[in-house]
Amino acid sequence: MKVWFYGDDINTDMLFPGKYTYTCSKPEEIKPHLLEDLDLEFAKNVQPGDIIIAGKNFGCGSSREQPVVGLKAVGVAAVIAKSFARIFYRAGINQGLLLIEAPEAVDYYQPGMTVALDARAGKVKIGEQEFSFPKPPAEIMGIVEAGGLLKYTRKRLRESQGRDE
Amino acid sequence: MTFAEKLLAYKANRSSVKAGEIVFCKPDRLLMHDNAGAIIDKIAKELGEFGIARSEQIVIVLDHTIPAVDEKTATGHKKIREFVEKYGISHFFDVGVGVCHQVMVEKGLVLPGMLAVGSDSHTCSYGAVNAFATGIDRTEAAALTLTGETWFKVPQSIKINLKGRLPEMVTAKDLVLTIIGSIGADGADYRSVEFRGDISHLTMDDRFTIANMGVEMGAKNAVFPVDEVTRGFLKGIGVERESYQEFWADPDAVYQQELTFDMEQIVPVVAAPHKVDNVKPVSEVAGLDIQQCLLGTCTNGRASDFAIAAKIIGQRKVAPKTRLLLLPASRRELEKALDAGDIQTLVEAGGVLLPPGCGPCLGAHQGVLAPGERCLSTANRNFKGRMGCREAEIYLASPATVAASALTGKITDPREV
Repeated sequence: MKVWFYGDDINTDMLFPGKYTYTCSKPEEIKPHLLEDLDLEFAKNVQPGDIIIAGKNFGCGSSREQPVVGLKAVGVAAVIAKSFARIFYRAGINQGLLLIEAPEAVDYYQPGMTVALDARAGKVKIGEQEFSFPKPPAEIMGIVEAGGLLKYTRKRLRESQGRDE
Repeated sequence: MTFAEKLLAYKANRSSVKAGEIVFCKPDRLLMHDNAGAIIDKIAKELGEFGIARSEQIVIVLDHTIPAVDEKTATGHKKIREFVEKYGISHFFDVGVGVCHQVMVEKGLVLPGMLAVGSDSHTCSYGAVNAFATGIDRTEAAALTLTGETWFKVPQSIKINLKGRLPEMVTAKDLVLTIIGSIGADGADYRSVEFRGDISHLTMDDRFTIANMGVEMGAKNAVFPVDEVTRGFLKGIGVERESYQEFWADPDAVYQQELTFDMEQIVPVVAAPHKVDNVKPVSEVAGLDIQQCLLGTCTNGRASDFAIAAKIIGQRKVAPKTRLLLLPASRRELEKALDAGDIQTLVEAGGVLLPPGCGPCLGAHQGVLAPGERCLSTANRNFKGRMGCREAEIYLASPATVAASALTGKITDPREV
């Protein structure tokens, strides 16, 4: 498991360039361009289970969801940041990508430290220090538990018509 | 209650709500643009099974890759037109009508007291006309197409008091860039920003520019109260007073933060690469060579923006090693600028007129930069790679600064030409 460490205000253009937003929508089309204007090594070397640690306002800028869809598709386990921009945070919920707002954990992290994530318990251990993070609000847990907004929506629509998923 | 609390309470059929609560609402409008094709694809099966929730909720404007860039974008447009036809979407605007945000406002599709969401981050622009408006992603737009409903976390609010009046050759763009430079790109993350104070001098175009940039300080929405300027604008586009409901905060509303900006003290500024909050006075960067000037976009592509540029340029010519691109926010604004003679002035000076749309702003086509080039732009973002090349630089500025700089080929204070 590798930790990818970035700074503040990482915007969605850096995570997935705007020039591809109307020609690449599917995970396989997105993957080769992930983080292209931030870190050319990322798309080449990212492995399932990797974690991104970043500063404040991660995912600011455009509402494009390709960064979130792509990070989910390559198997990134979580993004841990000091804070997230709101459309990006919502996109994380909608795609079922774990986004952890934990400023103390980010401040504590130094490159080379081990990072162990226990999402179910809401805990992340950095080096020997453990940090806890809150669960999403109860009102939207249904979306998270369904594995994303579209799965949740399908389930609700079918239930409302008295049919099984 | 703040504006956000009051409006979201009303839309959720509640007597009151507080910041931090989650409410479920049916937005009055759901905007999509060229990304509607990808949105429809996500729910192709469900559309056949359940259809759409409300056709009058949906607005689709083709603007991001117009006219089509290649076969793929052309096919996307065709798919959207077929969807529009099949589901009877009456609020559809094809290639050339304008940038979605400008179209939403000028067609009266978004009005005071409305709740609007859009699959585009600059949806926050409609705060200019007292709407609660915010961006969502494609997946949420897809779900909304089917259900008509989504959740909102009631945001905390920031009050921004504006005092005095902007000096000559200093524009609303300089003001909003100064505010972003002061509070930072995350300064209003998750929050609702209420502008108030001496706003009677700010035109509807000025307010649009300011609200449009709300997302660049992280805001969920950025909103102005309704006053005579708003009512006059709405009357001008044929909207009856009876067809909208004005909303504003109570005097005892609770704010997380309160800020005051003295408009008399604002000077021409730029946002230097590669962050919108990297704001400096023009005087600090004056003299830097520029290869391309972009005058327009949904931030500053209205007739008033072309008017100030034409006034500065007059009978003079654009500098020989500089390209000036003109990108109207809409056909209506282009027609107004044509009637005023300002487009003629700018084209005679050497400007290249692009179709009303998003074009070079997102780096998809029309004015992509080369490595090592520098662009001075009236758009809203200067991120690395934004105009299609990660080794180019984008500086953001007002239309006055862009026009002055187009004449000299160097970043230039508009008060000095």
